[in-house]
Amino acid sequence: MSAVMEPGEHYRVDFERLCGDLPGARTPWVRRRREAALARFAERGFPTTRDEAWKYTDPGVIARRAFAPAPAAAPVPAPEALEPFRIKGLDCHRLVFLDGRLAPDLSDVGALPPGVVAGGLARTLEEAPDSVEDRLGRYAGDEDNGFAALNTAFLTDGVHLHLPPGAVLDRPVHVLHLSTGAGDGTVVHPRNLVVAGAGSRAVLIETYAGLHEAACLTNVQTEVLLGEGARVEHYKLQQEGDKAFHIADTGVYLPARARYRSHVIDAGGRLVRNEIRVRLDGAGSECVLNGLYLLGARQHVDNHTVIDHLAPEGTSREYYKGVLEGHSRSVFSGKVIVHPGARYTDALQANHNLLLSENAEADIRPQLEIYADDVKCAHGATVGRLDPDALYYLKSRAIDEDAARSLLIYAFANDVLDRLPLEPVRAYLERTLTARLLHGRKVEELI
Amino acid sequence: MLSIRNLEAGIDGKPILRGLSLEIGKGEVHAIMGPNGSGKSTLAHILAGRDGYEITGGEVIYEGRNLLEMPTEERAREGVFLAFQYPVEIPGVSNIYLLKAALNAVRKHRGEGELDAMDFLKLVKDRMNLVEMDEQFLYRPVNEGFSGGEKKRNEILQMAVLQPKLGILDETDSGLDIDALRVVANGVNALRGPERSLMLVTHYQRLLDYIVPDYVHVLAGGRIVKSGDRGLALELESRGYGWIEEELREGA
Ligand SMILES: Nc1ncnc2c1ncn2[C@@H]1O[C@H](COP(=O)(O)OP(=O)(O)OP(=O)(O)O)[C@@H](O)[C@H]1O
Ligand SMILES: [Mg+2]
Repeated sequence: MSAVMEPGEHYRVDFERLCGDLPGARTPWVRRRREAALARFAERGFPTTRDEAWKYTDPGVIARRAFAPAPAAAPVPAPEALEPFRIKGLDCHRLVFLDGRLAPDLSDVGALPPGVVAGGLARTLEEAPDSVEDRLGRYAGDEDNGFAALNTAFLTDGVHLHLPPGAVLDRPVHVLHLSTGAGDGTVVHPRNLVVAGAGSRAVLIETYAGLHEAACLTNVQTEVLLGEGARVEHYKLQQEGDKAFHIADTGVYLPARARYRSHVIDAGGRLVRNEIRVRLDGAGSECVLNGLYLLGARQHVDNHTVIDHLAPEGTSREYYKGVLEGHSRSVFSGKVIVHPGARYTDALQANHNLLLSENAEADIRPQLEIYADDVKCAHGATVGRLDPDALYYLKSRAIDEDAARSLLIYAFANDVLDRLPLEPVRAYLERTLTARLLHGRKVEELI
Repeated sequence: MLSIRNLEAGIDGKPILRGLSLEIGKGEVHAIMGPNGSGKSTLAHILAGRDGYEITGGEVIYEGRNLLEMPTEERAREGVFLAFQYPVEIPGVSNIYLLKAALNAVRKHRGEGELDAMDFLKLVKDRMNLVEMDEQFLYRPVNEGFSGGEKKRNEILQMAVLQPKLGILDETDSGLDIDALRVVANGVNALRGPERSLMLVTHYQRLLDYIVPDYVHVLAGGRIVKSGDRGLALELESRGYGWIEEELREGA
């Protein structure tokens, strides 16, 4: 009975039971890393609100529960169940993961350019572990953070995208991570590895979703390693069930002239954390982090970004917006560190929040640390409500209160969608998000 | 059409309108002039249905109905239109969205079907010609970054699209250059008709050279203190408001 165990102790029990079957079990370095990570977890446990980085998001609700690994054989859902997450009009390489494991029957990767890998990381660990030995874990989260440690220990599967130098993926890769769990208390640890060689190009779209309203935990680690001049566009559509916990950490490495653009859209989940750490380590590299969160009820979403400018002439742009209803809460932490030598850095950060209820709350924590000269660094942040003058103006033009509110909310959020370069994704989000945001009122009726 | 009787209203306990009465008949054009701060915009907003005013006395009857009890959007649907003295900027909502949403709401209320995209665009372009506005303004966010004069033109465009029964123009002429004033006035004149009444709030007689009013009223201290015809505007232009106040004192 778990009552006699230390909190978190059951993870060791689960590990001992499962480790022989986890991918890469026969590869010594994989095993060693898992064991080291588990030891780290045993030592440090989960973060708490005493940790500066988790001050506003209490992982206690997760730490106190005994999440069990999702069963290896997930029930295969009917194809219709996947339909809501399909992006219409998007010609793509499709990968579907069920409870953290690649489901080849539901996936459709299609033809790939020579040398390109777009598949499951588990398979790589089984068939070609040496190809990722020096990359896997290089930019993952610090394993002092219990989530990162647990992910490495239980690493099961996730997307492995590999582009040799110069490779160009014309079609985006769409990865659907689906939890099938009908019951509470299961956990999956997706691990994604993107290696984009010099001058290569790719678009990666990830959807995280649940088929049932269950208190499951998704604990994701994603590493994105770009080569010089490579460009990666990364969308994350987080549509987990309303009771789900979603903790995600993405580490990005950018050498000279590399460009990484991220678009994180949060519409689901009960407790969500998106941590993104970007290291601009070569001259002239560029990162764009955009985000939109649409929250209601008691949802809590924490976007935690850390941008390290380590080289000259780097550019970073952060643009996050949120709409909050009910008792929801958002946290945006934007840390930008301009290290000595990162001259001519140009960093901009903005976070704007629209509160639709008295009980919603948005916390904003910009942190700019500048240790170099000739740097442009600015941030802007607002927490506001619907403009009563704008509402009155619209109503004086015959538009009813409800429609006027919807129109203003839509306009506020749409500004982020307008920045999405991929039209089918924009259209998909416009449909799904505005339906959620505007309580079923179709935008087309308004415009 | 509109009957304002002894209207008393204020804001935050401060009285602004103090027993204002005014009758506007069908097809009539009434000019309202008066010193700054006398309550002209307050009157206009109370008619249009802005929140926050305390109505402490009197009544407003519009087409036989108690106007002050109607929700803002219903007033608009029933044909009340206010061209704002300070039009509101709405980032993210394009002008064409607003026009379409507004027109469809009005048409629905009248029991008419929605216009299809083609007919709608045709109508809007036609009305844009009337106020000599460039098409690019359709796709810009409502009033955002518009110059003062462009905002005023945009108000008249909306009025021309919505075809209200009662148009209230609050200082639409302020901030317009001479050519723009003529264009806007032509636009307004084109909307004049036996079914449409206008209330023009202005400080300048010049507008009234273009849009000739049937009546001119002076609003001072929250009341209509003098009414007359066009000649009154000319007199105000040359003599200011001081003499009216004197007259009132003498009369008291
Ligand atoms: N929201 C408000 N809060 C406090 N006072 C207000 C408010 N709105 C209007 N007032 C006051 O009411 C009085 C009348 O204002 P109003 O805007 O109606 O004047 P006006 O006749 O339109 O003036 P102008 O010719 O300058 O446009 C002014 O003294 C003004 O300061
Ligand atoms: Mg005024």
